Amino acid sequence: MTRIPLRPLARILNARASGENPDLIERENIARRHEAMRDKQRHQAEGRLVVMAVVFTVAFSVVGMQNFKLAATEPTEPRAAVSTSPIAAQRADITDRNGRVLATNLLTYSLYAQPHLMTDKERSASELAAIFPDLKEEDLLRRFNSSIKFMWIKKKLSPEQKQAVHDIGDPGLLFGPREMRLYPNGRLAAHVLGGTSFGREGVHSAEVIGTAGIERAFDERLRDPARPDPLKLSIDLTVQSAVRQVLYGGMKIMNAKGATAVLMDVRTGEVISLTSLPDFDPNDRPQPALQGDPSDSPLFNRAVQGVYELGSTFKVFAAAQALDLGLANPDTLYATKGPLTWGRYRIRDFHDYGPELSVTDIIVKSSNIGTARIAMQITGARQKPFLASLGLLEATPIELSEAPSGRPLTPERWSEISTMTISYGHGISTSPVHLAAAYASILNGGTRVKPTLLRRDAPQKGDRVVSQKTSAAMGGILRQVVSRGTASQGDVEGYAVGGKTGTADKPKPRGGYYKDRVIATFASAFPSHDPKYVLIVTLDEPTETSGTKPRRTAGWTAVPVAAEIIRRAAPLLGLRPEIEPDKAFEVTRVSSN
Amino acid sequence: MTEMAFGTVPVQSGEPVIPRWWRTIDRWSLTCILVLMGAGLLLGLASSPPLASRNGLDPFHYVTRQAFFSGLAMVAILLASMMPPAMVRRVGVIGFLAAFAALALLPFFGTDFGKGATRWYSLGFASVQPSEFLKPGFVILTAWLIAAGQEINGPPGRTFSFAVAIIVVSFLALQPDFGQASLILAAWGVMYFVGGASIVLLSGLAGLVALAGTFAYNGSEHFARRIDGFLSPDVDPRTQIGYATNAIQEGGFFGVGVGEGSVKWSLPDAHTDFIIAVAAEEYGLIMVLFIVFLYLVITVRSLVRLMRERDPFTRLAGTGLATLFGLQAFINLGVAVRILPAKGMTLPFVSYGGSSLIAGGLAVGMLLALTRSRPQGELGDILLTRGR
Repeated sequence: MTRIPLRPLARILNARASGENPDLIERENIARRHEAMRDKQRHQAEGRLVVMAVVFTVAFSVVGMQNFKLAATEPTEPRAAVSTSPIAAQRADITDRNGRVLATNLLTYSLYAQPHLMTDKERSASELAAIFPDLKEEDLLRRFNSSIKFMWIKKKLSPEQKQAVHDIGDPGLLFGPREMRLYPNGRLAAHVLGGTSFGREGVHSAEVIGTAGIERAFDERLRDPARPDPLKLSIDLTVQSAVRQVLYGGMKIMNAKGATAVLMDVRTGEVISLTSLPDFDPNDRPQPALQGDPSDSPLFNRAVQGVYELGSTFKVFAAAQALDLGLANPDTLYATKGPLTWGRYRIRDFHDYGPELSVTDIIVKSSNIGTARIAMQITGARQKPFLASLGLLEATPIELSEAPSGRPLTPERWSEISTMTISYGHGISTSPVHLAAAYASILNGGTRVKPTLLRRDAPQKGDRVVSQKTSAAMGGILRQVVSRGTASQGDVEGYAVGGKTGTADKPKPRGGYYKDRVIATFASAFPSHDPKYVLIVTLDEPTETSGTKPRRTAGWTAVPVAAEIIRRAAPLLGLRPEIEPDKAFEVTRVSSN
Repeated sequence: MTEMAFGTVPVQSGEPVIPRWWRTIDRWSLTCILVLMGAGLLLGLASSPPLASRNGLDPFHYVTRQAFFSGLAMVAILLASMMPPAMVRRVGVIGFLAAFAALALLPFFGTDFGKGATRWYSLGFASVQPSEFLKPGFVILTAWLIAAGQEINGPPGRTFSFAVAIIVVSFLALQPDFGQASLILAAWGVMYFVGGASIVLLSGLAGLVALAGTFAYNGSEHFARRIDGFLSPDVDPRTQIGYATNAIQEGGFFGVGVGEGSVKWSLPDAHTDFIIAVAAEEYGLIMVLFIVFLYLVITVRSLVRLMRERDPFTRLAGTGLATLFGLQAFINLGVAVRILPAKGMTLPFVSYGGSSLIAGGLAVGMLLALTRSRPQGELGDILLTRGR
């Protein structure tokens, strides 16, 4: 134990001397030290208690202020934290080349039910079934009575339907805003636009995703919130409307089961109009057919997906290449005495055209034998790269999600007989858009164009395919096909239409060809001395029955339809008819008696 | 002779008990406490009917119980506040021993009511949470130890009190009840601070607490979830905090009106931990500020009154009890406005809960007993001119 020093030593010594007890003094001293220590502690504690009091005051003030801050802010709607990326609404519009709307968005409402909030399930089910004939009362009631807490009833409501459901007055029937895609022109350009459907769906919004056509090909661009500007297509709505109307009528008159027309600007490669019949309403896109031939479905885009043997229209390529290679000029004569026998194959003409024909006449009269002889002179080794340079051997780059499926069918081995049949359009299958791009490339002065559906303002500067001279010569030959050849019904006064017909027997699914089913095509360009537009019209299984026996050749079917299209569309495209100086002013005299 | 033996004037030390109590008690604090109890009943009327309807009881079942326990708590306050400091010390230490024994036996006889922590004894008609009674007992015991340590030739009281604190805290942390554990640790820290701790030592202790907190965060998923929820900037609206925040915002300055609130239907703890959200929604900011003000008055008045106190035990015990009371209120209020991470802590006298009310009554009664005005020997100071 530590000894406590006896500090007031003098007093203790005195006390000892006087015989008093010094312990008393020691205790008194301890007591005084104790007092002093306590005083010191008390003063320290006083200070620290003040600190604590201040700390508590500050703490409670902070609580009060925080409460004030919260009370002064508006409550936000409690929302579930969104774990995935928010659904971006507002898909960009699609317009035609002049800014007219082809596809836009419309705010509508979806209908969903929360059965546990419903007050009268029986009545609601029966009234819903009355509003929506496609819903069954028993089904609804069964789902209402199951244990689910949420169910969709309708994805899109019309305002009338919404009001009617609202009038049921059941608190368990709820509406969520929905932005739906609207195609105000209905069936017009249906195959170009394609269609959309709902992707991820929430109560407050739903994602609209493209399922076909432009909508699918440009899905990311259209959904990009950073690019709200409309997507401008090369389509001209007015021309598209005229083309579709005429083509539809032509398809009916010619008893065809399908038809397609592609109108292309030869310099820019822009597709001004693209129609495939039968078509559909993209606002109510039909379900893909699960059975039968998919090419019979209205969803099938004949212009892009349909690859056909396009027949004699291909003769133009053989002639153009022969002229371009310097193997011939338009007047060079080729033997056309038939039949042409090559191994076990025999090539025949539709009629006997005599012993020999010039290159021009081979095209004008459409001689298979003459074309095959030209092809033999060209040889397959040169023919294949030439067709490839026109884009005929690969799928078109046109901006539709279906385009890659329109891959041309070509022979596995490019034999000599293949070279000959391909020269007149058999043994190779391409789509009408392929043909349009190839004709445009040859006739625009000889540079390659690729088909596009986006508006362009400048000509495409593609690789040279044929010389300018060949291009001009081909324009002249095509003009003669119309003025004195197989396409004589295709003449449209003032527009100098040139073109080439093609009638190909349809192949049977199991090999061989049908005798009475053809694909009739007219590939035309106008005006032929300075071609601006190429129009391809293809009819599927047409039969012209005005004569004594049914006629199926393109000259009787596709050509008149194309002529009518040009008659309607050319003025809309801003082309002035070139009125030839009239011979003499004739007065028709009417008999007076 | 007989006159001298039997006829003398009866000698009484001072005045009668009740008048002296009334004269010396901190009447402002007492009033505040009674007003708080009234507020608790008022808010109970708003917050507990949803719970009663969920449990299939009479709508005002919990209010009736709360009123009954408030009566008991008032008796506890009166009795405890009449005790002299020595009696407070005696009762407190015995109470601590009893409560600690009860706490230690919890794992064997306790129940967790399906909440994941064994904290209660179920007595059939009511449940008792020993830690509620342990807190005031602990404060009294440690105050006694620290005060004794300040005597010349006294025991090493500070070390003992630290050991007791560590033992109690670890028992509470094992339950787990980190809220009560941190409350006890904080109360001990404040007592130690007021009892003359060196600043260096206190900083070291603060570091230790931070370390323990980190350990708890890594070791206990229960604890980590709450901290994570606090640290994330967004309020998940489906949590209690989310509902509470929304309720305070809905209430605005004057509230949506009595009985018009909706948060009580969605908050499972509307009658206990988040009763302030109910108050904010139905009565607005005014009511919240009033309640906060009451707690502030009680805590700060007690601390200020203790500044005059010369007896170290009285001063320390009073400080500890005031800290317990104020800190518990602060934590509860702070959680609701997201100053503090979510922690299950009742609002003293306002939240529903029988044992919490009675234990709180005892604690506050003892606090009032310790803050009573007493002769402090100032006259002796003056006479001896000793006032240093």
